[in-house]
Amino acid sequence: MTPFSYSRASDAGQAVQLGAMAQAKYLGGGTNLVDLLRETIERPSSLVDVTGLSSSITSTPSGGLMIGAATTNTALAEHRLVRSQYPMLTRSIVAGASAQIRNMATVGGNILQRTRCAYFYDTEGSRCNKRSPGQGCDAIDGFNRNHAILGTSKSCVATHPSDMCVALAALDAIVHLQGPAGSRAIPLTDLHLLPDDDPQNEAVLLPGELITAIELPAPLVGTRSSYRKVRDRASYAFALVSVAAVLAVENGKVTDVRLALGGVAPKPWRARQSENALLGGPATEAAFRSAAEAELIDAVPLSGNGFKVELAIRTMTAVLTSLAGDFS
Amino acid sequence: MSAANNAGTLAAAVGLAANSWGQGERPDPLNRHKHGLVGTSISRIDGPLKVQGKATFAAEFLMEGLTYASLVFSTIAKGRIATLDASAAEAAPGVVLVMTYKDAPLMKPMPLFMTAEKAAGGDNLPIMQDDQIHWNGQPIALILAETQEQADYASSLIHATFEAEPSVTDFEDAKRQGTKTGEFGGGPLKLDIGDAEAALNQAAVSIDAEYSTPRHSHNAIEPHAATVVWDGDSLVVHDASQAVVHTAWSLSSVFGIDEGQVHVTSPYVGGGFGSKTLWQHQVLGAAASKLSGRPVRITLSREGVYRMVGGRSQTEQRVALGADQDGHLKAIIHTGVVAMSRQNALPEPFILATRGAYAAESFKLHVEVAQLDMLANTFMRAPGEAVGTFGLECAMDELADKLGIDPVELRILNEPDKHPTEGKPFSSRNIVEAWRTGAQRFGWAKRSAKPAAIRDGDWLIGMGCATGTYPYYRMPGGAARITLTREGHARVEIAAHEMGMGTATAHVQVTADRLGLTADQVTFSYGDSKMPGAVLAGGSQQTASIGAAIVAAQHALVTQLLILAGNSSPLAGLKPEEVGGLNGGLAELANPGRHESYASILGRAGRDEVAVQQDAPPPLELQNWSMHSYGAMFCEARVNAITGETRISRFLGSFDCGRILNAKTAASQFRGGIIMGLGLALMEETQFDSRNGRIMNPSLADYHVPAHMDVPEIDVIWNDIPDPHTPMGAHGIGEIGITGTAAAVANAVFNATGKRVRELPLTLDKLM
Ligand SMILES: Cc1cc2nc3c(=O)[nH]c(=O)nc-3n(C[C@H](O)[C@H](O)[C@H](O)COP(=O)(O)OP(=O)(O)OC[C@H]3O[C@@H](n4cnc5c(N)ncnc54)[C@H](O)[C@@H]3O)c2cc1C
Ligand code: SF4
Repeated sequence: MTPFSYSRASDAGQAVQLGAMAQAKYLGGGTNLVDLLRETIERPSSLVDVTGLSSSITSTPSGGLMIGAATTNTALAEHRLVRSQYPMLTRSIVAGASAQIRNMATVGGNILQRTRCAYFYDTEGSRCNKRSPGQGCDAIDGFNRNHAILGTSKSCVATHPSDMCVALAALDAIVHLQGPAGSRAIPLTDLHLLPDDDPQNEAVLLPGELITAIELPAPLVGTRSSYRKVRDRASYAFALVSVAAVLAVENGKVTDVRLALGGVAPKPWRARQSENALLGGPATEAAFRSAAEAELIDAVPLSGNGFKVELAIRTMTAVLTSLAGDFS
Repeated sequence: MSAANNAGTLAAAVGLAANSWGQGERPDPLNRHKHGLVGTSISRIDGPLKVQGKATFAAEFLMEGLTYASLVFSTIAKGRIATLDASAAEAAPGVVLVMTYKDAPLMKPMPLFMTAEKAAGGDNLPIMQDDQIHWNGQPIALILAETQEQADYASSLIHATFEAEPSVTDFEDAKRQGTKTGEFGGGPLKLDIGDAEAALNQAAVSIDAEYSTPRHSHNAIEPHAATVVWDGDSLVVHDASQAVVHTAWSLSSVFGIDEGQVHVTSPYVGGGFGSKTLWQHQVLGAAASKLSGRPVRITLSREGVYRMVGGRSQTEQRVALGADQDGHLKAIIHTGVVAMSRQNALPEPFILATRGAYAAESFKLHVEVAQLDMLANTFMRAPGEAVGTFGLECAMDELADKLGIDPVELRILNEPDKHPTEGKPFSSRNIVEAWRTGAQRFGWAKRSAKPAAIRDGDWLIGMGCATGTYPYYRMPGGAARITLTREGHARVEIAAHEMGMGTATAHVQVTADRLGLTADQVTFSYGDSKMPGAVLAGGSQQTASIGAAIVAAQHALVTQLLILAGNSSPLAGLKPEEVGGLNGGLAELANPGRHESYASILGRAGRDEVAVQQDAPPPLELQNWSMHSYGAMFCEARVNAITGETRISRFLGSFDCGRILNAKTAASQFRGGIIMGLGLALMEETQFDSRNGRIMNPSLADYHVPAHMDVPEIDVIWNDIPDPHTPMGAHGIGEIGITGTAAAVANAVFNATGKRVRELPLTLDKLM
């Protein structure tokens, strides 16, 4: 850990002011950032604690929810309206990490948590383009069982590890930002960046920009949803593949579908190609499978994660088939 | 504690056990003693201290002027340190000392474990004596500072560069360089009886398959740690140890001082499993303390444990079994290659269990070693048996399937009447009974012989079984001191260890029954190299070693007490073998009414206490009998037909391990072993990057061990048949639980899915 100064912001305005300093970082629950400080991957000169900012969950005029970025993962998962109207979100959150970590982790921090790539963490012994741009990537020919198959580049194949974000991507969540240049709101699916040639750039946030809230649109009436996480042990493991799905079926036809994948890409992966293939078509297992295949057609498997292609296809197919069953 | 009260009103005295374990001795009277403390469920006496945080572990000793150590590790597998810049670290706040090969004191390498009676070293390399690098993760600098945080920060300021030399870090490369026969326990790991290959070829039914198991890292809940201080030329080490006397002797050899000048204590240990011996960190801590003149606390980070403390090595095993149409084995072949470093002496001996498992006419057992430039591998819970039973017991299942015989019956059919490769009689082998009671309780009869026949939604369900086995050992070196006070309190002292198994509790029970005392009248002291004996907590031998030492000391104690009792005692004229412990004193065995309390004997003699110390007799029992523990392991697994995820829904271990001393602590040992076996089966794997020999998952987030949700309810039962040839009729039980477990899981997975996975761990990609 390199020395840093610490301050605690009492509101977003003050946070943005403090965060405008060079080399400043916002501190949520610290469950990811403190590890990165310890490993000297992050070396900020100052930390601005934003856990005192809004952690309220309120209904919006359009029937959705506005969630303060300092809300803990546990509080969000347990909230009455979330459990009743967005059960998929609750399921995705409780599928992640451990109860202790979820009690500390914030919504803002969860969205901006960094990859779990082991070579990224091995500051002394491994090469990593994300940590040290231009150095090379030891994961591509190394242990890459947990790595991505979609949206990768020659420079980086790391995944975004969040479960919560996969559900948020499928729910069309909006991220509210506030920065030195003012406030804006963007879809969550546009927040994270693919690695291309500079994997160190992970999100579209401008320097000093703060996540203040997440907005969920009104729940889609007549839909069923589910979150399924497949992993190497029964709990406390990151996803090999996860699927967030929202589905509506009428007279055997898909009338609405939102699909997102976790564990397979550098960002929460909205499966638009599958959605396009399904919308208006038959809600059958065969159709689900070929829609899943349409998304995975672009997959670039590595030496250790080729199984993820079929695993993702099967899991998507099974989740959709099971949801469709609720309509018959 | 109602059992304790019972002990006070016993009618029968417990006589002395024979102080010899050769042929012709009568069994230990405790074998049959049914109304005392032995066998009852007493909670661990160290439990309350631990939950209150009052048990002092190695990294919790406070000392005036204590400094804290942090380590820097190499990032290449072989070569030399080219440059090492410590200037920034030296200038960092709170730094007391930076130690590298340039200024470390002169030290000899650690005596390598098993190369001398009290050798405890995990490797035999020079420690910070030169610029040479032998494995990726070798410590290259130690920073001492006033706080741990300052030491850790300063260690991040060390800048080293390396000149790499060609190294062997890939198993296939290592095999290509040539292998050699493994040496273990003073002989080659090679056994040929008859012509097994020919017998295999001629067998009516046979299977011949390759199995593999990956590397495993030690993950005791307590990372390795030591608090170290020099007092002149004498060294005190508060260690987390399963070998205090061995460690003291080995450190004295490293620093060129007398054995008596090193004092090692280890009052509490948060798990050892074979890893809490002597590794470079204790040596480095002592060296830094010597250089700085200050006490040092060295606590390995979790990453530090992965980089510096060896684990279980990788194995590739061929198992071939030939049988006649009825299932009688004609040939057993178990051969293969293991990875090993150049600086250690443990070729993972995966054939150990196979030597005595089944009757057969011919055997070919053979372990070859391929050498890699890597961290020294070491003992890890049931070294040899844990992974060897995976190969052997999966192969038995494959054979049973091919023969169309029930896997339990196939095992019973091949039950030997004497040790199949040594010819010795068994001291106690009741595995058939364990199979029968286990099968009954588990509901084995409901298993479908046809694989992939039972389905619940997306989940395929199957049952599997396997034999677990682990030897009974008793190593030389047992000794005990008993001090009996006028208040009728007995204190036993022995340089043994409590790593959370319940050792102290069990031996309080044993001692109380022997002496006719209640549990609270006995103290069991251990974990101090100044105490009598050199008792390794390893090889599941500690129970027997302590047991025999206490018997020996009790002989001396009773002899002394009868002398002190003199002619005016009701016991006058009785010989030691005619009396036994009863109701806080001694009584005539034939006539328990003839009794005098310890308080009365000592009081009349004007003594405050009487103390005796005695060595245990040599382990002759091992020369006369083949001595082993057994387990019949049953598993029910559910495998997701879509994703290949495996979840264990039920597990039962039915054990034949002699007399059980404490039902509660024994059940915990069995369960703990089985849980570790589930990890071995399903998820444990050290990711060793074969490009540079670096361990890539050195944390509990990345290295998977079972989480709570991976562990079903585990049923454990035992037949409690005492071994007539061991102290208390008992066997050690710390390791047997992990043996056979992985095979039981893999066999259940086969029964569920029809897929045979021969490569551990059984991850979902292998089952999709
Ligand atoms: C062992 C382990 C297992 C885990 N398993 C899982 C799992 O299975 N699934 C899963 O989804 N997650 C898992 N996690 C990750 C966990 O969800 C994240 O660590 C957590 O959500 C991060 O939240 P935080 O508030 O602690 O973030 P912090 O660590 O405080 O911050 C993370 C990042 O977000 C930035 N940040 C924080 N708040 C804001 C804000 N308001 N605006 C702008 N930037 C901000 C910080 O500057 C930092 O860069 C695991 C973590 C650990 C340690
Ligand atoms: S995959 Fe990305 S994060 Fe991992 S080592 Fe390569 S560049 Fe770094």
